[in-house]
Amino acid sequence: MKPKTPSQTTPGKPRLTTSAMIASIAAEGQPTKPAPFGHALVEVARKDAAIVGMTADLSKYTDLHIFAKEFPNRFYQMGMAEQILFGAASGLASEGFTPFATTYAVFASRRAYDFIHQTIAEEDRNVKIVCALPGLTSGYGPSHQAAEDLALFRAMPNMTVIDPCDALEIEQAVPAIAAHKGPVYMRLLRGNVPLALDEYGYKFQLGKAQIIRDGADVLVISSGLLTMRALEAAKELEKDRIGVAVLHCPTIKPLDVETIRREAAKSGRLVVVAENHTEIGGLGEAVARDFLLNGVAPKFRHIALPDQFLDAGALPTLHERYGISREAICRRIKAWL
Amino acid sequence: MADATDGMLPNRTLANKTLADRAYHIRRNAVRMGEVQGQGYIAQALDIADVLAVAYFHAMRYRPEDPDWEGRDRFLLSNGHYAIALYAAMIEAGILPEDELETYGCDDSRLPMSGMAQYTPGMEMSGGSLGVGLAIAVGKCLGLKRKGSDSFVYTLFSDGELDEGSVWEAIMAAAHHRLDNLIAIVDINNMQADGPSTQVSNFEPLVEKLEAFGWFVQRVDGNDLDAVREAFDAAKVHMEPVPRMIVADTLLGKGVPFLEAREKNHFIRVDAHEWALALEALEAGRDT
Repeated sequence: MKPKTPSQTTPGKPRLTTSAMIASIAAEGQPTKPAPFGHALVEVARKDAAIVGMTADLSKYTDLHIFAKEFPNRFYQMGMAEQILFGAASGLASEGFTPFATTYAVFASRRAYDFIHQTIAEEDRNVKIVCALPGLTSGYGPSHQAAEDLALFRAMPNMTVIDPCDALEIEQAVPAIAAHKGPVYMRLLRGNVPLALDEYGYKFQLGKAQIIRDGADVLVISSGLLTMRALEAAKELEKDRIGVAVLHCPTIKPLDVETIRREAAKSGRLVVVAENHTEIGGLGEAVARDFLLNGVAPKFRHIALPDQFLDAGALPTLHERYGISREAICRRIKAWL
Repeated sequence: MADATDGMLPNRTLANKTLADRAYHIRRNAVRMGEVQGQGYIAQALDIADVLAVAYFHAMRYRPEDPDWEGRDRFLLSNGHYAIALYAAMIEAGILPEDELETYGCDDSRLPMSGMAQYTPGMEMSGGSLGVGLAIAVGKCLGLKRKGSDSFVYTLFSDGELDEGSVWEAIMAAAHHRLDNLIAIVDINNMQADGPSTQVSNFEPLVEKLEAFGWFVQRVDGNDLDAVREAFDAAKVHMEPVPRMIVADTLLGKGVPFLEAREKNHFIRVDAHEWALALEALEAGRDT
């Protein structure tokens, strides 16, 4: 790999910084809610004494500190050690408890994969794995960018996989996954989390894809952060009289293929799968496989992260660079029409 | 001690058997299972039979007819390939029927070669990915304490697993959380897949390391039934709020001299005529 050349400044243009979006991925002026996961977990735990919280030295960075403060005796600090975190979560679940175990998505998916596979998924333990920094939501480079977490957890039998879009959905998904029996991997947006779905009267349903808005020209099938971006892009494209429907698929596994297929089969629309994830093994490939197996053949495009180690830097820069910013999505859809 | 007042004295008709009798039958069951496959982890089963005899017929509380009984002590087998030994002990304990040993490692058997939680009554975890058992044990201990249970968690792992970083994560966590309901047994037979464990990756001085990590540690001859029994007793009554480790030095193939003498005995191959000889050797060794 060749060394990078020194960073150049453009006169009159401020340099964007990596640290600017650490506490929140919200754009300036975007409405947010603080720590929706932590507050929602406290609410569920008030009614369900089986719930315990566990982390590997990342309670503050996964919003679990809200729970730890409210229920100090139901919180387990396992140290910066993901194998013991998930192994012990399995043990607690085997004794009838419902552990919510948090860390970063990279550490759960890459470092502790075998422990989750063997002690949680294979034993079918009721553990909820909730992980911050999914996909490209950190500017620290590959050490913190979990571009492949959905592919890895989709490949694990027994695992339910959730990619929520915003603060509202996280609040609604927490009680839903707590009520679901069995292992769950949920991606987490942390800190001051943007609100996007509230204006559409949305209600999370485990295992269901839902049309958030309709449109005649394009169907975007998306999950997580990219649903938020797709909705923003849809509003922009509306100004150009391009009708964009957004089908949000927060449950990546089991995937609601019936709804996806039904929407895609409506004739004439360009179908774009958009995901905050590598192009390999995520929502896009899952949808494409289902289309092929079922003879659904729309014009099909894929917005996803490239198969490469992603750069460090400021998130807006990186999202633009890899084609998942609102502006990039608008540009790409226009070019495909 | 399996206590009759709690309704869990195993295999009541054989209640007068000595621990030596139990260990003999565990070895015999294991050899008979080994014969089904013609090869396997026989030497390990023979080395750990005495520890399992003490665990299942002296130390642990359980109900053979109700392996999921909430008041039981938990036994977690981390080294899944030792399942042959654990099945042998559970057959002797009446948890599994004896005739099932003929299915060991066969298609659709409840007794797979590497132990798994969802296959076998009384199997608390899926082992085999070495280094996971102690981590699960830590969680079970935390859970039992939350429930106010006085049950112990026993977990057996092998010296080769000491190479795994996850074992040391669990060793730190158990001490940090003061898990005095955890009794771990590490089988030091000094043999792993690629050769003698101390040569593959030296774990000594093990007692000093474990003590430095905050554990109550006893090192015993794992084939001396009296010493093993005393170690289990001491582990249960130890007063400090710390986890307990029994470092058990064992002899691979123990009880069958021609297997004890084999050099490559991690995954042992036994000729067809030798199984009967092995059973004879066990029988001959009963009174010595």
